[in-house]
Amino acid sequence: MSMTFEKLKEIREETLNRMNLRGFPSDKPNAPYRWSVAICMETSCMSSKSPQIKQRLLDLIVRDGKENEIEVVGTGCFGLCEAGPIVIVRPGDTFYYRLDVEDIDRIYESHLLGGEPVRDLIYPESITDDGYLSYFEIPFMAHQERVALRSSGHIDPEDIREYIALGGYEALYKALVEMTPDDVIDVITESGLRGRGGGGFITGRKWRATQASPGDEKFIICNADEGEPGAFMDRSILEGDPHSVIEAMTIAGYAIGSDQGYVYVRAEYPIAVERLEKAIGQANDLGLLGANIFGTGFSFNLEIRLGAGAFVCGETTALAASIEGRRGMPRSRPPYSADKGLWGKPTMINNVETFANVPYIILNGAEAFKKVGTENSPGTKVLALSGKIKNVGLVEIPMGTTLRQLVEEIGGGIPNGKAFKAVQTGGPSGGCIGPELLDTPIDFDRLAEIGSMMGPGGMIVLDEDVCAVDVARFYMDFIVDESCGKCTPCREGTKRMLEILIDITEGRGDETSIPRLERLARTTELASLCGLGQTAANPILSTLKSFRDEYEAHIKEKRCPAGVCKALTNNLTKDD
Amino acid sequence: MIKLTINGQKIAAEDGMSILDAALAHGIEIPALCHDPDLKPESSCRLCLVEVDGRPWPRVACGTPVRDGMVVETNTPEIREIRRDILQLLLDNHPNDCLTCQKAGECLLQKYAYEYGVTFRTHEGARRGGERARFTDTSSPYILRDESKCILCGKCISTCAELNERSVLSFAGRGFETKVAADRDETLEASTCVSCGRCVAVCPVGALIDRRVREKKIRPWEADRQTIQCKACEYGCEYEVLEKGSERVIRPLSPSEGRPLCLKGRLFVEAEVSSELRTPYKKEETEKGRKFVRTTWIEALELDGILDRIAHTESESDK
Ligand SMILES: Cc1cc2nc3c(=O)[nH]c(=O)nc-3n(C[C@H](O)[C@H](O)[C@H](O)COP(=O)(O)O)c2cc1C
Ligand code: SF4
Ligand code: SF4
Ligand code: SF4
Ligand code: SF4
Ligand code: FES
Ligand code: FES
Repeated sequence: MSMTFEKLKEIREETLNRMNLRGFPSDKPNAPYRWSVAICMETSCMSSKSPQIKQRLLDLIVRDGKENEIEVVGTGCFGLCEAGPIVIVRPGDTFYYRLDVEDIDRIYESHLLGGEPVRDLIYPESITDDGYLSYFEIPFMAHQERVALRSSGHIDPEDIREYIALGGYEALYKALVEMTPDDVIDVITESGLRGRGGGGFITGRKWRATQASPGDEKFIICNADEGEPGAFMDRSILEGDPHSVIEAMTIAGYAIGSDQGYVYVRAEYPIAVERLEKAIGQANDLGLLGANIFGTGFSFNLEIRLGAGAFVCGETTALAASIEGRRGMPRSRPPYSADKGLWGKPTMINNVETFANVPYIILNGAEAFKKVGTENSPGTKVLALSGKIKNVGLVEIPMGTTLRQLVEEIGGGIPNGKAFKAVQTGGPSGGCIGPELLDTPIDFDRLAEIGSMMGPGGMIVLDEDVCAVDVARFYMDFIVDESCGKCTPCREGTKRMLEILIDITEGRGDETSIPRLERLARTTELASLCGLGQTAANPILSTLKSFRDEYEAHIKEKRCPAGVCKALTNNLTKDD
Repeated sequence: MIKLTINGQKIAAEDGMSILDAALAHGIEIPALCHDPDLKPESSCRLCLVEVDGRPWPRVACGTPVRDGMVVETNTPEIREIRRDILQLLLDNHPNDCLTCQKAGECLLQKYAYEYGVTFRTHEGARRGGERARFTDTSSPYILRDESKCILCGKCISTCAELNERSVLSFAGRGFETKVAADRDETLEASTCVSCGRCVAVCPVGALIDRRVREKKIRPWEADRQTIQCKACEYGCEYEVLEKGSERVIRPLSPSEGRPLCLKGRLFVEAEVSSELRTPYKKEETEKGRKFVRTTWIEALELDGILDRIAHTESESDK
């Protein structure tokens, strides 16, 4: 099928009319439904039975013949996964949480048939004296701003028409028909968008470099390898709004002159892969992918490649090697991917979230995008909040939000009355940020200044029960397992650092331990071939910065102040 | 032409040249363990790091192309310190065997350790392949492998893969457990290795050793050395003759200019110049997999047909 703007608008109107309960009023609502029930269908909620809840509700609806009154939508993640499985009833955005399958019967009878919400199933914090707050008014959502996750939770990710209803593929139309490739790159550059995969590289500059690189054949790759422990931002985008990535990659293809894209997805993400496959199929069927898109003569083909299951395969050159069927080992640069990437051809690699921002920027302009965020880090960042924090889940915050706002307000603070100890940003490549730095704004440059890094977006909160040396050991253990073994400093140096950390936690540390760690850290950082080794020592260096006294307690007094290191528990004297 | 400064010396280099090659062409040596002029740079050992334009992040000389106006320092205290650390990391995971190692004298690890004053030391940490030096693969009559001495430079893998139909070696495992494996981690005997000796010729350390030289206990510094060309085919691969007393052995030299090296050529050269004709072996496919079996010189050099013909012709003309 070939797609035209008229057809796109037609689909949009048609679909919007039946979506009017979801907070997107249309011009001529035909209000077919009295209620719209959104049920989260992403990995976390699905593992706590959201598919069974959905099935049960559909059965009830069919039993009573209420198909025309009640709409049931399986959506992407709402963010507060910790309260899952989440069901939201509209109108009203009533937020039901941690439901059992039987609970849906009560919601059906009382709320959907009787108009009376079931108070004891509603998320407690949304209950007020005279009613309850909508999902979007709860404290968790207060500081959030949704750009990359703009459609997640509103649409059924398996239905391209719902994506189109919210303006989907209009950015593609605009780019292909109204803009030249240079215009597209200019807007992306002006927007100041920076790579969300961790490095923060200016996206427009990367697109420009690949466009300028000579070659008939070029490739676009979406990096969805997401190997950082505890992170699931990219998975969530692919599961909740896969078309945003497909549309963006197509736009990127047009901009740099590529007709072939690959999404390199972590093999451990079966739901994301399935949704993406479905979405690519639907886009192909509607002529939004494939040959001659919008009759412009521009063609773009998109395929999925499964990851090889190693953290290092997220590194661009290792990723390309892996797609080519070789061992996923990074190579030294130059040549850069923009000149010689996949199969030696110019290649542009962006992260999932980076791509998810692109349609928004094309459609709304660079200025709209820059309204949010800080000067050098415009826009928002999706973060996966986990660890010792009340509101575990996925958030999207304006860049510049402070760590304190994130932890105390959005995150709801530390549970069980414990004290905050640190937040680990950037996973094994990042740093452990202590309480004295909590007022640091979350943006690329400010986090780097304090020796951490934005990283892909995992934020792990640690409380007083956690031992700083043990945290450093945990990450070094991960790195030692994940080092590809190619270059000397990373292969040998990380192992030695791990050995020293184990010695310290087991009471064998001595006065040489810290200096040796610092020396190895420096060499590994300066001499390693790829980002994995270059950042491998960050957890050590940052914990040494904020918690040096804890290292010293382990070494000099053979004591673990947090009472974590088992070999030292005989000497346990918990600090108050 | 590109103009740059290395250690204060203004030099000219060709576009596309690496810093390492440009420096070398002007007599400035930069330590390098994984670099080989005939192979594309792996940049894995990190020993050749140099300071570029005064920036704090060093760059590898072997993988960084020269640029006009570049200012390179190859020997600053910081750089030397990093190199010392890298060498120490390698030695901490290496058997202390220089005394009896076949590679001693031409080993690059030994050379740089000497240059930078880095020594073996005892420690409690892990080691690849154990503390004691030993050959881990003695299955081949031509090549001895010792994984504990391997510094994972990758040169053997690259040179073997230069010939598509060989491509026997690859990295296996990861991180600290990374190693070089033949096919699916088989012995050289069981693998598809054709005993050409390319890998042995490029190995910078004693991890791959020419067994027939080792058996004669001749180390290069005590031998008279001479390079000769193989006459078995038009490639003319290079071999080195090592002569000590009455003993004369040969070994293949690093192949360049597309030369392949092969076992037949090696045996041809052996037959021609070695002091003693030692039993040749060839690989046979048996029911139990590939095996090295003793063979005759005539068969090894594939001379049977020719000799028959000569004998036949000569007996005819005798009549
Ligand atoms: C060891 C390592 C792992 C990485 N893993 C990922 C990953 O899983 N996803 C990702 O997007 N980027 C990852 N990166 C960063 C990529 O190399 C690359 O910078 C990024 O995909 C570029 O996209 P961006 O500019 O949109 O951020 C990793 C980098 C390193 C060094
Ligand atoms: S830094 Fe580590 S992961 Fe990267 S190439 Fe070196 S050994 Fe491999
Ligand atoms: S390989 Fe080199 S460093 Fe190792 S034992 Fe032999 S001579 Fe010594
Ligand atoms: S001897 Fe030749 S074929 Fe065998 S592993 Fe070495 S390079 Fe490869
Ligand atoms: S065997 Fe020799 S050439 Fe091969 S990787 Fe090890 S050290 Fe390098
Ligand atoms: S997975 Fe359901 S709210 Fe995140
Ligand atoms: S010679 Fe340059 S990294 Fe090994």
